[in-house]
Amino acid sequence: MHKFWIVLSQTYTSRFKSKSFIITTLLFIAFVILAGNLDRIINLFANDDVENIAVIDETDQLYSMLEEQVEWSELDFALEDYQGTLEQAEEAVLAGEFVGVLHLQSDDELFLAEYYTDQLLNQSYQAQLTNFLQQIKVVMATNEAGIDPAVIESIYEPVSFETVAIELPDGTTARSEEEIGVTRGLVYVMLFVLYFAVINYGNMIAMDIANEKSSRVMEILISSSAPISQMFAKIIGIALLGLTQILIFIVAAYYMIQSRQSDFVGEFFEVFGFSDISISTYVYAVVFFLLGYLLYATLFAMLGSLVSRVEDVGQLMTPIILLIVAAFMISMFGINLPESGFVTITSYIPFFTPLVMFLRIGLLDIPIWEVALSIAILVGSIIILGVIGARVYRGGVLMYGRGVSLKDFKRALQLSKKDQ
Amino acid sequence: MTLQINRVTKRFGKFTAVDDLSIEIPEKQIFGFLGANGAGKTTTFRMILGLLDPTEGKITWEGKPINYDRTDEIGYLPEERGLYPKLKVKDQIVYLGRLRGMEKKEILVELNKWLERFNITDYLEKKVEELSKGNQQKIQFISAVIHKPRLLILDEPFSGLDPVNVELLKNAVIALKEEGTSIVFSSHQMSTVEELCEYLCIMQHGKPIVHGSLKEIKRSFGKKNLFIHADFDLTFLKDLPGVVSQKLFPEGCKLQIEDESVSQSILEAVHKKGFVRKFALEEPSLNDIFIEKVGESYA
Repeated sequence: MHKFWIVLSQTYTSRFKSKSFIITTLLFIAFVILAGNLDRIINLFANDDVENIAVIDETDQLYSMLEEQVEWSELDFALEDYQGTLEQAEEAVLAGEFVGVLHLQSDDELFLAEYYTDQLLNQSYQAQLTNFLQQIKVVMATNEAGIDPAVIESIYEPVSFETVAIELPDGTTARSEEEIGVTRGLVYVMLFVLYFAVINYGNMIAMDIANEKSSRVMEILISSSAPISQMFAKIIGIALLGLTQILIFIVAAYYMIQSRQSDFVGEFFEVFGFSDISISTYVYAVVFFLLGYLLYATLFAMLGSLVSRVEDVGQLMTPIILLIVAAFMISMFGINLPESGFVTITSYIPFFTPLVMFLRIGLLDIPIWEVALSIAILVGSIIILGVIGARVYRGGVLMYGRGVSLKDFKRALQLSKKDQ
Repeated sequence: MTLQINRVTKRFGKFTAVDDLSIEIPEKQIFGFLGANGAGKTTTFRMILGLLDPTEGKITWEGKPINYDRTDEIGYLPEERGLYPKLKVKDQIVYLGRLRGMEKKEILVELNKWLERFNITDYLEKKVEELSKGNQQKIQFISAVIHKPRLLILDEPFSGLDPVNVELLKNAVIALKEEGTSIVFSSHQMSTVEELCEYLCIMQHGKPIVHGSLKEIKRSFGKKNLFIHADFDLTFLKDLPGVVSQKLFPEGCKLQIEDESVSQSILEAVHKKGFVRKFALEEPSLNDIFIEKVGESYA
């Protein structure tokens, strides 16, 4: 047991002090800070100049109404009542004085508008102006027809539509829409974090082992402590490293949100409202995350011990990445159809359980025995993989060949056999 | 007590790496394993260390099998360099030493002693990949002996080293033996084995061809070498009874003779011919025995 801790602490500290770890952590913190301040950064580059649009109003009543609307909506353009001719205005546009000219004329039906501009790519001014003019037109037309503005208002009011969960016989209600939305958010977060963790830290484990193999230091290591304890010391050492990194990110993100609580970013997280989820969902998230990591990490450690050169690690990453991508796809599908039989079945397949079963727990009310069964299968597979992994590890570290094949896997198992 | 290899066989599928090997390796001595590449030396060492399990037979040290409870008493220098290339010498030895049950403080004291002994004190803070091959081997050696093992296994410790470094490591091995360490090592440099080992075993295709103490092996080999330097032509000696072979040199020849008594009749024969500058009867070299036993193909 003592040697387990030595390997664990060596794995942790040597990685923790490594340049790549420090750089990725700093990069991520920088990313969090950047993302948190994105609105400020965009503002920094934004053009503060208010563009002017010339208005030639031949109706003499529209300009004041339009300007009132524009001022009230706080837009990035202003109107100017232009007194010259249309030709003069057009020249002013070409000279850069205005972005465009709005020409308003009386008509049989109220009025018509023409917009002259040399910037056809930017459609936003036209869209906004059209919108305003439409409103003015409605007001004017209803006024003329003598309809009460209150009636108009009630016509435009959105219909009231509310979903209410029916109370179940046992007194509880089905998940409310907000709850499900929030759980979906958590499932997305979990998907991302598990995917990131498996690929990033799994790769670290495989690299570490392949490194020790290619430098042949492995032979000394396994002559001084048991391979199985070494393998798990590595897996757990890297897991602690990963948790440290994730913790650093969370702390960085927390301070980021704290410092901007009053701003939009803070509000966004309040709306997201992770606090609405029950504690058990959080517990499940942590449990499934850790078990999922352990399962994939054991797989990586096993395969890492089969290659003899660091270059070959990439080759064996692919099947595992395909597995986690499959889990990802199933969850994406399952998020909208959590009750489908396909999702139910896949939630018991250990490689998919961490994501798919978690999704079902979050979105549905499933009996506790189902959860217990899936966790049992998951834990069982980890143990089986761990036992096979340790044997492959023991045999594999003595094999030095090119590439990886199923044959190598068999040979590694054979090498570690007690008696054959 | 000794290290006992009792009727050990190791098969990898259909290939037999070690075939019914039985050897007793005495305590506090240096035991040499000789053999061509692929003779089964490394496999035998891996079985002694418990890295591989024998297909048949048993290996015991002081009456008990070697397992992970006893690895702190064993030192191992693998055939290939086995060090972390990116790690500093100090961190490297501290880690490997701790895995052999030592405390950090102790390790640093011992490490400094060894670095001084090998005249490489400047390398304490250097990365292993920056060192020359010879110096890497010294570090490798230190990692195998830092915890003062009682049983030391050295797989080809001197291969690829210059004569100065070979001498340095040899002296270190002899010093360890005098301190009471039991040492097993393999080599295909006959002269080194001859110089260091009291006991040895020559392996071929996984089988021990010859084993026992060096003196006994030489004595039971029977054949002796006779070196004669003379002014006249010595080719006629080849046809005398009891002469196995003759190798001519510019200043004389080397005869391999069946046993000591043959030398007397040869002495008489050359004495009559004229002036003899050198007439020396010598024990066969290990090289002679090896070549004879393993076959000309290896030489």
